[in-house]
Amino acid sequence: MKKGKIVGLEGSFAIAEAVRMVNTDVISSYPITPQTHIVERLAEMIADGELDAEFICVESEHSAMSACVGASAAGARVFTCSASQGLELMHEVLYIPSSMRLPVVAVTANRALSAPLSVWCDHSDAMAIRDIGWIQIFAENNQQAFDLTVCAYRIAEDKEVLFPAMVHIDGFYLSHVIEDMVLPDDEEVADFIPEYEHPFVLDPESPVSMGCYGPPFIYTEAKKAQEVAFGKSKYQILETWKEFGETFGRYYSPVETYKMEDASIALLTMGSIGETAMLAVDEMREGGKDVGLIRLRLWRPFPFTELREAVKDVELLVVLDRAISSGMGGPVCSEVKSALYDMREDLRIVGFIGGLGGRDITIEVFKYMVNRALEYPEKEEEFEIIDVRE
Amino acid sequence: MIEICIYGRGGQGGVTLAELVAHAAIQEGKHAQSMPAFGPERRGAPVLAFLRVNETERIKIRTEVAEPDVLVVLDPGLLQVGDVVSRLKKDGIAVVNTKKSHDEMKSEISAGRLATINAMSIAKGILGLPIVNTTMLGALIKATGIVKLESLEEPLKERFGKVATKNIEAMKKAYEETVVR
Repeated sequence: MKKGKIVGLEGSFAIAEAVRMVNTDVISSYPITPQTHIVERLAEMIADGELDAEFICVESEHSAMSACVGASAAGARVFTCSASQGLELMHEVLYIPSSMRLPVVAVTANRALSAPLSVWCDHSDAMAIRDIGWIQIFAENNQQAFDLTVCAYRIAEDKEVLFPAMVHIDGFYLSHVIEDMVLPDDEEVADFIPEYEHPFVLDPESPVSMGCYGPPFIYTEAKKAQEVAFGKSKYQILETWKEFGETFGRYYSPVETYKMEDASIALLTMGSIGETAMLAVDEMREGGKDVGLIRLRLWRPFPFTELREAVKDVELLVVLDRAISSGMGGPVCSEVKSALYDMREDLRIVGFIGGLGGRDITIEVFKYMVNRALEYPEKEEEFEIIDVRE
Repeated sequence: MIEICIYGRGGQGGVTLAELVAHAAIQEGKHAQSMPAFGPERRGAPVLAFLRVNETERIKIRTEVAEPDVLVVLDPGLLQVGDVVSRLKKDGIAVVNTKKSHDEMKSEISAGRLATINAMSIAKGILGLPIVNTTMLGALIKATGIVKLESLEEPLKERFGKVATKNIEAMKKAYEETVVR
Protein backbone atom coordinates (compact mmCIF):
# COMPACT_ATOMS: atom_id res chain seq x y z
CA MET A 1 0.00 0.00 0.00
CA LYS A 2 1.24 3.46 -0.89
CA LYS A 3 1.66 5.49 2.27
CA GLY A 4 2.61 9.05 1.37
CA LYS A 5 3.09 11.54 4.19
CA ILE A 6 0.76 13.42 6.53
CA VAL A 7 0.70 17.14 5.76
CA GLY A 8 -1.35 20.18 6.65
CA LEU A 9 -2.70 21.54 3.40
CA GLU A 10 -5.36 24.00 2.33
CA GLY A 11 -8.00 22.42 0.07
CA SER A 12 -7.03 24.70 -2.80
CA PHE A 13 -3.35 23.79 -2.47
CA ALA A 14 -4.23 20.09 -2.27
CA ILE A 15 -5.93 20.41 -5.65
CA ALA A 16 -2.95 22.29 -7.09
CA GLU A 17 -0.73 19.43 -5.91
CA ALA A 18 -2.96 16.91 -7.71
CA VAL A 19 -2.83 18.98 -10.92
CA ARG A 20 0.97 19.17 -10.65
CA MET A 21 1.51 15.50 -9.83
CA VAL A 22 -0.46 14.25 -12.83
CA ASN A 23 1.74 16.49 -14.98
CA THR A 24 -0.94 18.67 -16.55
CA ASP A 25 0.10 20.22 -19.88
CA VAL A 26 -2.14 23.27 -20.17
CA ILE A 27 -3.98 25.37 -17.59
CA SER A 28 -6.29 28.23 -18.44
CA SER A 29 -8.28 29.82 -15.67
CA TYR A 30 -9.61 33.16 -14.52
CA PRO A 31 -9.50 33.93 -10.79
CA ILE A 32 -12.72 34.24 -8.81
CA THR A 33 -13.41 33.89 -5.07
CA PRO A 34 -13.30 31.25 -3.55
CA GLN A 35 -11.37 29.43 -6.29
CA THR A 36 -8.54 32.00 -6.37
CA HIS A 37 -5.99 30.12 -4.27
CA ILE A 38 -6.02 27.16 -6.70
CA VAL A 39 -5.17 29.26 -9.74
CA GLU A 40 -2.65 31.40 -7.80
CA ARG A 41 -0.82 28.34 -6.53
CA LEU A 42 -0.74 26.75 -10.01
CA ALA A 43 0.61 29.97 -11.55
CA GLU A 44 3.29 30.03 -8.84
CA MET A 45 4.22 26.38 -9.50
CA ILE A 46 4.66 27.10 -13.21
CA ALA A 47 6.65 30.29 -12.55
CA ASP A 48 8.92 28.43 -10.10
CA GLY A 49 9.50 25.55 -12.51
CA GLU A 50 7.75 22.99 -10.29
CA LEU A 51 5.24 22.25 -13.04
CA ASP A 52 6.13 22.22 -16.74
CA ALA A 53 2.81 23.48 -18.10
CA GLU A 54 1.52 26.23 -20.33
CA PHE A 55 -0.56 28.79 -18.43
CA ILE A 56 -2.85 30.60 -20.86
CA CYS A 57 -3.88 33.97 -19.37
CA VAL A 58 -7.39 34.99 -20.38
CA GLU A 59 -9.75 37.89 -19.77
CA SER A 60 -12.78 35.82 -18.75
CA GLU A 61 -14.04 32.35 -17.89
CA HIS A 62 -15.67 32.11 -21.32
CA SER A 63 -12.21 32.40 -22.86
CA ALA A 64 -10.68 30.11 -20.24
CA MET A 65 -12.94 27.24 -21.24
CA SER A 66 -12.48 28.08 -24.93
CA ALA A 67 -8.71 27.84 -24.49
CA CYS A 68 -9.15 24.53 -22.65
CA VAL A 69 -11.27 23.19 -25.53
CA GLY A 70 -8.60 24.12 -28.07
CA ALA A 71 -5.75 22.71 -26.02
CA SER A 72 -7.64 19.50 -25.32
CA ALA A 73 -8.50 19.11 -29.01
CA ALA A 74 -4.78 19.32 -29.74
CA GLY A 75 -4.24 16.38 -27.39
CA ALA A 76 -3.05 18.18 -24.24
CA ARG A 77 -3.90 17.23 -20.65
CA VAL A 78 -5.92 20.24 -19.55
CA PHE A 79 -7.13 21.79 -16.27
CA THR A 80 -9.27 24.76 -15.29
CA CYS A 81 -11.17 25.91 -12.23
CA SER A 82 -13.89 28.41 -11.45
CA ALA A 83 -16.90 29.20 -9.25
CA SER A 84 -20.30 30.85 -9.22
CA GLN A 85 -20.69 33.68 -11.76
CA GLY A 86 -17.44 32.55 -13.38
CA LEU A 87 -18.83 29.10 -14.03
CA GLU A 88 -22.00 30.70 -15.36
CA LEU A 89 -20.01 32.88 -17.77
CA MET A 90 -18.30 29.67 -18.86
CA HIS A 91 -21.63 27.90 -19.24
CA GLU A 92 -22.04 28.27 -23.01
CA VAL A 93 -18.65 26.71 -23.68
CA LEU A 94 -19.05 23.90 -21.11
CA TYR A 95 -21.22 21.94 -23.58
CA ILE A 96 -18.44 21.84 -26.17
CA PRO A 97 -15.95 19.49 -24.46
CA SER A 98 -18.71 17.12 -23.38
CA SER A 99 -20.19 16.80 -26.85
CA MET A 100 -16.79 16.81 -28.58
CA ARG A 101 -15.57 14.17 -26.09
CA LEU A 102 -12.65 16.23 -24.79
CA PRO A 103 -11.50 15.13 -21.31
CA VAL A 104 -10.93 18.54 -19.70
CA VAL A 105 -10.61 18.29 -15.91
CA ALA A 106 -12.05 21.12 -13.82
CA VAL A 107 -12.60 22.03 -10.19
CA THR A 108 -15.43 24.25 -8.98
CA ALA A 109 -15.22 25.88 -5.56
CA ASN A 110 -18.98 25.86 -5.05
CA ARG A 111 -20.39 29.31 -4.40
CA ALA A 112 -23.79 31.00 -4.41
CA LEU A 113 -25.07 33.02 -7.37
CA SER A 114 -26.06 36.71 -7.34
CA ALA A 115 -28.16 38.54 -6.25
CA PRO A 116 -27.64 39.40 -3.43
CA LEU A 117 -23.91 39.24 -4.12
CA SER A 118 -22.47 36.35 -2.14
CA VAL A 119 -18.98 34.89 -2.29
CA TRP A 120 -19.99 32.13 0.13
CA CYS A 121 -20.77 28.48 -0.39
CA ASP A 122 -23.83 26.79 -1.71
CA HIS A 123 -24.50 24.45 -4.63
CA SER A 124 -26.36 26.80 -6.99
CA ASP A 125 -23.47 26.92 -9.45
CA ALA A 126 -23.05 23.13 -9.45
CA MET A 127 -26.76 22.58 -10.04
CA ALA A 128 -26.91 25.09 -12.88
CA ILE A 129 -24.59 22.88 -14.93
CA ARG A 130 -26.06 19.47 -14.17
CA ASP A 131 -27.38 18.91 -17.71
CA ILE A 132 -24.21 19.71 -19.64
CA GLY A 133 -22.72 16.22 -19.88
CA TRP A 134 -19.79 16.63 -17.49
CA ILE A 135 -18.99 13.99 -14.91
CA GLN A 136 -19.66 15.72 -11.56
CA ILE A 137 -18.09 14.51 -8.32
CA PHE A 138 -18.50 16.05 -4.84
CA ALA A 139 -15.65 16.02 -2.29
CA GLU A 140 -16.21 16.05 1.45
CA ASN A 141 -12.78 17.06 2.82
CA ASN A 142 -9.34 18.06 1.59
CA GLN A 143 -8.16 14.47 1.29
CA GLN A 144 -11.03 13.76 -1.06
CA ALA A 145 -10.44 16.99 -2.95
CA PHE A 146 -6.95 15.70 -3.76
CA ASP A 147 -7.83 12.04 -4.33
CA LEU A 148 -10.88 12.71 -6.48
CA THR A 149 -9.03 15.27 -8.62
CA VAL A 150 -6.31 12.71 -9.35
CA CYS A 151 -8.97 10.13 -10.18
CA ALA A 152 -10.86 12.62 -12.37
CA TYR A 153 -7.95 12.70 -14.85
CA ARG A 154 -7.80 8.94 -15.14
CA ILE A 155 -11.57 8.65 -15.54
CA ALA A 156 -11.94 11.49 -18.06
CA GLU A 157 -9.00 10.39 -20.19
CA ASP A 158 -9.97 6.70 -20.32
CA LYS A 159 -10.57 5.85 -24.00
CA GLU A 160 -13.92 4.33 -23.05
CA VAL A 161 -14.92 7.62 -21.42
CA LEU A 162 -13.41 10.76 -23.01
CA PHE A 163 -15.76 13.11 -21.18
CA PRO A 164 -14.84 16.19 -19.18
CA ALA A 165 -14.95 15.75 -15.40
CA MET A 166 -15.55 18.27 -12.64
CA VAL A 167 -14.68 17.90 -8.98
CA HIS A 168 -16.81 20.07 -6.70
CA ILE A 169 -15.34 21.39 -3.48
CA ASP A 170 -17.37 23.64 -1.20
CA GLY A 171 -16.07 27.21 -1.29
CA PHE A 172 -14.29 28.25 1.94
CA TYR A 173 -15.36 25.05 3.77
CA LEU A 174 -12.69 23.20 1.78
CA SER A 175 -11.00 25.77 -0.45
CA HIS A 176 -9.75 27.89 2.48
CA VAL A 177 -9.50 25.29 5.23
CA ILE A 178 -6.15 23.83 6.27
CA GLU A 179 -6.40 20.35 7.73
CA ASP A 180 -4.33 17.20 7.99
CA MET A 181 -4.36 14.81 5.05
CA VAL A 182 -2.15 12.22 3.39
CA LEU A 183 -0.20 13.47 0.40
CA PRO A 184 1.18 10.63 -1.77
CA ASP A 185 4.63 10.89 -3.36
CA ASP A 186 4.89 12.32 -6.87
CA GLU A 187 5.93 8.95 -8.32
CA GLU A 188 3.03 7.12 -6.72
CA VAL A 189 0.55 9.46 -8.38
CA ALA A 190 2.44 9.43 -11.70
CA ASP A 191 2.30 5.62 -11.68
CA PHE A 192 -1.47 5.72 -11.15
CA ILE A 193 -2.10 8.06 -14.09
CA PRO A 194 -1.42 6.40 -17.46
CA GLU A 195 0.08 8.28 -20.40
CA TYR A 196 -2.73 10.15 -22.09
CA GLU A 197 -3.38 9.84 -25.78
CA HIS A 198 -6.63 10.98 -27.40
CA PRO A 199 -7.53 8.85 -30.45
CA PHE A 200 -8.53 11.90 -32.53
CA VAL A 201 -6.53 15.11 -32.17
CA LEU A 202 -6.06 18.22 -34.24
CA ASP A 203 -2.97 17.43 -36.29
CA PRO A 204 -2.02 19.11 -39.59
CA GLU A 205 -0.46 15.82 -40.77
CA SER A 206 -3.71 13.98 -40.26
CA PRO A 207 -6.57 16.49 -40.42
CA VAL A 208 -9.90 15.90 -38.72
CA SER A 209 -12.97 18.10 -38.25
CA MET A 210 -14.46 18.57 -34.80
CA GLY A 211 -17.78 19.98 -33.67
CA CYS A 212 -19.20 19.99 -37.17
CA TYR A 213 -22.57 21.21 -38.33
CA GLY A 214 -25.25 18.73 -37.20
CA PRO A 215 -28.42 18.98 -39.32
CA PRO A 216 -31.61 17.19 -38.20
CA PHE A 217 -30.64 13.96 -39.99
CA ILE A 218 -27.66 13.40 -37.66
CA TYR A 219 -28.10 15.53 -34.50
CA THR A 220 -30.29 13.03 -32.63
CA GLU A 221 -27.89 10.19 -33.46
CA ALA A 222 -24.95 12.25 -32.21
CA LYS A 223 -26.75 13.08 -28.96
CA LYS A 224 -27.84 9.48 -28.40
CA ALA A 225 -24.29 8.23 -28.96
CA GLN A 226 -23.06 10.82 -26.44
CA GLU A 227 -25.70 9.91 -23.86
CA VAL A 228 -25.10 6.15 -24.12
CA ALA A 229 -21.35 6.65 -23.74
CA PHE A 230 -21.87 9.04 -20.83
CA GLY A 231 -24.02 6.51 -18.96
CA LYS A 232 -21.36 3.84 -19.50
CA SER A 233 -18.65 6.09 -18.05
CA LYS A 234 -19.82 4.89 -14.63
CA TYR A 235 -18.01 1.59 -15.15
CA GLN A 236 -14.69 3.40 -15.53
CA ILE A 237 -15.53 5.61 -12.55
CA LEU A 238 -16.13 2.50 -10.42
CA GLU A 239 -13.03 0.80 -11.80
CA THR A 240 -10.80 3.85 -11.21
CA TRP A 241 -12.01 4.36 -7.64
CA LYS A 242 -11.54 0.63 -6.94
CA GLU A 243 -7.98 0.71 -8.22
CA PHE A 244 -7.30 3.93 -6.36
CA GLY A 245 -8.49 2.24 -3.18
CA GLU A 246 -6.30 -0.81 -3.79
CA THR A 247 -3.29 1.44 -4.46
CA PHE A 248 -3.72 4.16 -1.84
CA GLY A 249 -6.04 2.59 0.73
CA ARG A 250 -8.83 5.13 0.39
CA TYR A 251 -12.00 3.85 -1.28
CA TYR A 252 -14.71 5.93 -2.92
CA SER A 253 -18.19 5.00 -4.17
CA PRO A 254 -20.92 6.82 -6.10
CA VAL A 255 -23.12 6.59 -3.00
CA GLU A 256 -21.39 6.37 0.37
CA THR A 257 -23.21 5.35 3.54
CA TYR A 258 -22.70 5.80 7.28
CA LYS A 259 -24.48 3.71 9.91
CA MET A 260 -27.11 2.65 7.36
CA GLU A 261 -27.07 -1.08 8.26
CA ASP A 262 -30.09 -0.89 10.58
CA ALA A 263 -31.38 2.61 9.79
CA SER A 264 -35.06 3.31 9.20
CA ILE A 265 -34.39 7.03 8.72
CA ALA A 266 -31.74 8.29 6.31
CA LEU A 267 -30.27 11.75 5.81
CA LEU A 268 -28.94 12.52 2.33
CA THR A 269 -26.29 15.21 1.76
CA MET A 270 -23.65 16.27 -0.76
CA GLY A 271 -20.30 17.98 -0.26
CA SER A 272 -18.40 19.25 2.75
CA ILE A 273 -21.21 18.91 5.30
CA GLY A 274 -20.98 15.10 5.20
CA GLU A 275 -18.75 14.63 8.22
CA THR A 276 -20.74 17.13 10.33
CA ALA A 277 -23.83 15.11 9.35
CA MET A 278 -22.08 11.98 10.67
CA LEU A 279 -21.74 13.66 14.06
CA ALA A 280 -25.44 14.56 13.92
CA VAL A 281 -26.26 10.91 13.14
CA ASP A 282 -24.14 9.79 16.14
CA GLU A 283 -25.99 12.18 18.46
CA MET A 284 -29.42 11.22 17.15
CA ARG A 285 -28.58 7.53 17.60
CA GLU A 286 -27.60 8.24 21.21
CA GLY A 287 -31.06 9.78 21.53
CA GLY A 288 -32.65 6.55 20.32
CA LYS A 289 -33.37 7.35 16.66
CA ASP A 290 -32.09 4.81 14.13
CA VAL A 291 -30.76 7.38 11.68
CA GLY A 292 -28.15 6.77 8.99
CA LEU A 293 -26.45 8.94 6.41
CA ILE A 294 -26.16 8.76 2.63
CA ARG A 295 -23.69 11.00 0.79
CA LEU A 296 -23.86 11.33 -2.99
CA ARG A 297 -20.25 11.33 -4.09
CA LEU A 298 -21.16 11.06 -7.78
CA TRP A 299 -23.79 13.47 -9.08
CA ARG A 300 -23.41 12.86 -12.82
CA PRO A 301 -23.90 10.31 -14.21
CA PHE A 302 -26.58 9.87 -11.54
CA PRO A 303 -26.04 6.69 -9.48
CA PHE A 304 -29.54 5.18 -9.72
CA THR A 305 -28.60 1.59 -8.80
CA GLU A 306 -26.44 2.51 -5.81
CA LEU A 307 -29.03 4.94 -4.43
CA ARG A 308 -31.81 2.37 -4.66
CA GLU A 309 -29.63 -0.16 -2.89
CA ALA A 310 -28.78 2.34 -0.13
CA VAL A 311 -32.43 3.17 0.68
CA LYS A 312 -33.91 -0.32 0.26
CA ASP A 313 -34.74 -0.74 3.98
CA VAL A 314 -35.45 2.92 4.79
CA GLU A 315 -38.88 4.30 5.72
CA LEU A 316 -38.02 7.99 5.75
CA LEU A 317 -35.46 9.73 3.54
CA VAL A 318 -34.57 13.33 4.49
CA VAL A 319 -32.79 15.21 1.70
CA LEU A 320 -30.81 18.41 2.22
CA ASP A 321 -30.36 20.70 -0.78
CA ARG A 322 -27.92 23.63 -0.81
CA ALA A 323 -29.61 25.18 -3.83
CA ILE A 324 -33.05 26.12 -5.07
CA SER A 325 -34.53 25.14 -8.38
CA SER A 326 -36.91 28.10 -8.52
CA GLY A 327 -40.54 27.08 -8.70
CA MET A 328 -39.62 23.45 -8.11
CA GLY A 329 -37.80 23.04 -4.76
CA GLY A 330 -34.47 21.39 -4.11
CA PRO A 331 -32.82 19.96 -7.23
CA VAL A 332 -31.20 17.01 -5.43
CA CYS A 333 -34.49 16.09 -3.74
CA SER A 334 -36.37 16.31 -7.05
CA GLU A 335 -33.92 13.96 -8.70
CA VAL A 336 -33.83 11.57 -5.77
CA LYS A 337 -37.63 11.42 -5.83
CA SER A 338 -37.66 10.74 -9.55
CA ALA A 339 -34.96 8.07 -9.22
CA LEU A 340 -36.95 6.27 -6.50
CA TYR A 341 -40.48 6.95 -7.78
CA ASP A 342 -41.38 3.46 -8.85
CA MET A 343 -39.39 1.68 -6.17
CA ARG A 344 -41.56 1.51 -3.05
CA GLU A 345 -44.82 3.12 -2.03
CA ASP A 346 -43.97 3.13 1.66
CA LEU A 347 -40.80 5.20 1.29
CA ARG A 348 -41.42 8.79 2.32
CA ILE A 349 -39.03 11.47 0.98
CA VAL A 350 -38.94 14.91 2.60
CA GLY A 351 -36.85 17.74 1.17
CA PHE A 352 -35.24 20.66 2.98
CA ILE A 353 -33.28 23.56 1.56
CA GLY A 354 -30.55 25.09 3.71
CA GLY A 355 -26.96 26.23 3.86
CA LEU A 356 -27.53 28.87 1.21
CA GLY A 357 -24.92 31.57 0.62
CA GLY A 358 -22.58 30.31 3.34
CA ARG A 359 -25.11 29.77 6.13
CA ASP A 360 -23.66 27.12 8.44
CA ILE A 361 -25.49 23.81 8.71
CA THR A 362 -25.03 22.77 12.31
CA ILE A 363 -25.71 19.48 14.06
CA GLU A 364 -28.84 21.12 15.51
CA VAL A 365 -30.11 21.89 11.99
CA PHE A 366 -29.79 18.23 11.02
CA LYS A 367 -31.72 17.24 14.15
CA TYR A 368 -34.40 19.77 13.29
CA MET A 369 -34.74 18.32 9.78
CA VAL A 370 -35.24 14.78 11.04
CA ASN A 371 -37.66 15.79 13.82
CA ARG A 372 -39.63 18.00 11.47
CA ALA A 373 -39.89 15.24 8.85
CA LEU A 374 -41.06 12.79 11.53
CA GLU A 375 -43.71 15.03 13.03
CA TYR A 376 -45.26 15.96 9.69
CA PRO A 377 -46.19 12.62 8.12
CA GLU A 378 -48.30 14.37 5.50
CA LYS A 379 -46.41 17.55 4.79
CA GLU A 380 -48.46 20.07 2.90
CA GLU A 381 -45.57 21.89 1.30
CA GLU A 382 -43.37 20.14 -1.23
CA PHE A 383 -40.26 21.43 0.53
CA GLU A 384 -39.18 23.71 3.36
CA ILE A 385 -36.42 26.30 3.54
CA ILE A 386 -34.87 25.84 6.98
CA ASP A 387 -33.00 27.98 9.48
CA VAL A 388 -34.64 31.20 8.27
CA ARG A 389 -35.32 34.33 10.32
CA GLU A 390 -38.93 35.35 9.78
CA MET B 1 -10.65 18.97 21.19
CA ILE B 2 -9.72 22.60 21.74
CA GLU B 3 -11.72 25.17 19.80
CA ILE B 4 -10.38 28.68 19.29
CA CYS B 5 -11.80 31.92 17.90
CA ILE B 6 -9.38 34.59 16.74
CA TYR B 7 -10.70 38.13 16.51
CA GLY B 8 -8.68 40.67 14.61
CA ARG B 9 -8.93 43.31 11.94
CA GLY B 10 -8.16 42.83 8.24
CA GLY B 11 -4.37 43.09 7.82
CA GLN B 12 -3.50 42.00 11.37
CA GLY B 13 -2.99 38.40 10.32
CA GLY B 14 -5.59 36.54 12.38
CA VAL B 15 -6.22 34.03 9.59
CA THR B 16 -2.47 33.47 9.26
CA LEU B 17 -2.17 32.93 13.02
CA ALA B 18 -4.80 30.16 12.83
CA GLU B 19 -3.04 28.58 9.85
CA LEU B 20 0.40 28.65 11.49
CA VAL B 21 -0.87 26.89 14.62
CA ALA B 22 -2.73 24.33 12.48
CA HIS B 23 0.50 23.54 10.60
CA ALA B 24 2.48 23.27 13.86
CA ALA B 25 -0.12 20.95 15.42
CA ILE B 26 -0.22 18.71 12.34
CA GLN B 27 3.59 18.52 12.36
CA GLU B 28 3.34 17.34 15.97
CA GLY B 29 1.11 14.50 14.77
CA LYS B 30 -2.13 16.06 15.98
CA HIS B 31 -5.28 16.73 13.98
CA ALA B 32 -6.02 20.38 13.24
CA GLN B 33 -8.35 22.55 11.20
CA SER B 34 -8.06 26.27 10.48
CA MET B 35 -11.05 27.98 8.95
CA PRO B 36 -11.48 31.65 8.12
CA ALA B 37 -14.87 33.32 8.46
CA PHE B 38 -14.49 35.60 5.49
CA GLY B 39 -16.34 38.85 5.41
CA PRO B 40 -15.61 41.66 3.03
CA GLU B 41 -11.83 41.35 2.95
CA ARG B 42 -10.46 44.80 3.58
CA ARG B 43 -7.91 46.28 5.92
CA GLY B 44 -9.34 47.42 9.23
CA ALA B 45 -12.62 45.50 9.08
CA PRO B 46 -13.24 42.97 11.85
CA VAL B 47 -12.07 39.49 10.77
CA LEU B 48 -12.76 36.22 12.53
CA ALA B 49 -10.83 32.99 12.18
CA PHE B 50 -11.42 29.58 13.72
CA LEU B 51 -8.99 26.91 14.81
CA ARG B 52 -9.54 23.41 16.13
CA VAL B 53 -6.90 21.03 17.47
CA ASN B 54 -7.58 17.45 18.48
CA GLU B 55 -4.74 15.27 19.77
CA THR B 56 -6.27 11.91 18.96
CA GLU B 57 -9.19 12.04 16.53
CA ARG B 58 -9.86 13.34 13.06
CA ILE B 59 -11.87 16.58 13.21
CA LYS B 60 -15.21 16.00 11.53
CA ILE B 61 -17.13 19.12 12.49
CA ARG B 62 -17.04 21.74 9.72
CA THR B 63 -19.00 24.68 11.12
CA GLU B 64 -18.01 27.93 12.76
CA VAL B 65 -16.83 27.66 16.36
CA ALA B 66 -19.86 28.78 18.36
CA GLU B 67 -18.53 28.39 21.92
CA PRO B 68 -14.75 28.61 21.96
CA ASP B 69 -12.45 27.27 24.67
CA VAL B 70 -10.00 30.00 23.79
CA LEU B 71 -10.49 33.51 22.50
CA VAL B 72 -7.56 35.36 20.94
CA VAL B 73 -8.12 39.11 20.61
CA LEU B 74 -5.59 40.84 18.37
CA ASP B 75 -7.16 44.29 18.65
CA PRO B 76 -8.47 45.32 22.09
CA GLY B 77 -10.78 47.81 20.41
CA LEU B 78 -12.89 44.85 19.21
CA LEU B 79 -13.85 44.13 22.82
CA GLN B 80 -15.94 47.29 22.70
CA VAL B 81 -17.49 46.61 19.30
CA GLY B 82 -19.60 43.53 19.78
CA ASP B 83 -20.40 40.32 21.42
CA VAL B 84 -16.84 39.01 21.61
CA VAL B 85 -16.40 37.54 25.09
CA SER B 86 -19.90 36.26 25.84
CA ARG B 87 -19.56 33.18 23.61
CA LEU B 88 -16.44 32.01 25.47
CA LYS B 89 -17.01 28.83 27.49
CA LYS B 90 -17.34 29.37 31.25
CA ASP B 91 -13.93 27.89 32.01
CA GLY B 92 -12.46 29.26 28.78
CA ILE B 93 -9.52 31.62 28.49
CA ALA B 94 -9.28 34.97 26.72
CA VAL B 95 -5.86 35.90 25.33
CA VAL B 96 -5.83 39.65 24.81
CA ASN B 97 -3.37 42.07 23.26
CA THR B 98 -3.58 45.13 25.47
CA LYS B 99 -1.41 47.87 26.90
CA LYS B 100 -3.54 47.89 30.03
CA SER B 101 -2.39 46.06 33.15
CA HIS B 102 -3.62 42.52 33.70
CA ASP B 103 -5.78 43.58 36.66
CA GLU B 104 -7.33 46.46 34.76
CA MET B 105 -8.27 44.17 31.85
CA LYS B 106 -9.55 41.54 34.28
CA SER B 107 -11.98 44.08 35.72
CA GLU B 108 -13.25 44.98 32.25
CA ILE B 109 -14.10 41.59 30.77
CA SER B 110 -15.91 38.62 32.20
CA ALA B 111 -13.70 35.80 30.95
CA GLY B 112 -13.19 32.77 33.22
CA ARG B 113 -9.45 33.05 32.81
CA LEU B 114 -7.38 35.77 31.20
CA ALA B 115 -3.99 36.10 29.54
CA THR B 116 -2.67 39.56 28.69
CA ILE B 117 0.28 40.82 26.70
CA ASN B 118 1.29 44.14 25.20
CA ALA B 119 1.82 42.54 21.79
CA MET B 120 1.70 45.83 19.92
CA SER B 121 4.72 47.14 21.80
CA ILE B 122 6.69 43.92 21.14
CA ALA B 123 5.72 43.81 17.43
CA LYS B 124 6.65 47.45 16.89
CA GLY B 125 9.91 46.98 18.78
CA ILE B 126 11.11 43.81 17.05
CA LEU B 127 9.36 43.79 13.68
CA GLY B 128 8.98 47.55 13.31
CA LEU B 129 5.39 46.87 12.26
CA PRO B 130 2.03 47.13 14.04
CA ILE B 131 1.16 43.54 13.03
CA VAL B 132 0.68 41.40 16.11
CA ASN B 133 -0.29 37.95 14.87
CA THR B 134 3.08 36.23 15.26
CA THR B 135 3.67 37.94 18.60
CA MET B 136 0.29 36.72 19.81
CA LEU B 137 1.36 33.16 18.95
CA GLY B 138 3.66 33.32 21.98
CA ALA B 139 0.81 34.50 24.21
CA LEU B 140 -1.55 31.79 22.92
CA ILE B 141 0.98 29.03 23.57
CA LYS B 142 1.81 30.38 27.05
CA ALA B 143 -1.89 30.46 27.88
CA THR B 144 -2.86 27.07 26.44
CA GLY B 145 0.17 24.93 25.58
CA ILE B 146 -1.77 23.93 22.48
CA VAL B 147 1.50 23.25 20.61
CA LYS B 148 5.16 23.48 21.54
CA LEU B 149 6.80 26.86 20.98
CA GLU B 150 9.51 25.30 18.81
CA SER B 151 6.92 23.58 16.59
CA LEU B 152 6.05 26.99 15.18
CA GLU B 153 9.55 27.75 13.94
CA GLU B 154 9.22 25.62 10.81
CA PRO B 155 5.78 26.97 9.78
CA LEU B 156 7.03 30.54 10.41
CA LYS B 157 10.10 29.95 8.23
CA GLU B 158 7.95 28.43 5.52
CA ARG B 159 5.57 31.40 5.61
CA PHE B 160 7.91 34.35 6.11
CA GLY B 161 11.29 33.22 4.77
CA LYS B 162 14.04 35.65 5.84
CA VAL B 163 11.92 37.70 8.21
CA ALA B 164 10.88 34.57 10.12
CA THR B 165 13.75 35.09 12.59
CA LYS B 166 12.31 38.35 13.86
CA ASN B 167 8.83 36.86 14.06
CA ILE B 168 10.20 33.95 16.09
CA GLU B 169 11.96 36.44 18.38
CA ALA B 170 8.71 38.37 18.88
CA MET B 171 6.81 35.15 19.58
CA LYS B 172 9.35 34.05 22.18
CA LYS B 173 9.39 37.46 23.88
CA ALA B 174 5.59 37.38 24.12
CA TYR B 175 5.78 33.86 25.55
CA GLU B 176 8.07 35.18 28.32
CA GLU B 177 6.01 38.27 29.10
CA THR B 178 2.42 37.02 28.89
CA VAL B 179 0.59 37.17 32.22
CA VAL B 180 -1.85 34.30 32.79
CA ARG B 181 -4.19 34.35 35.76
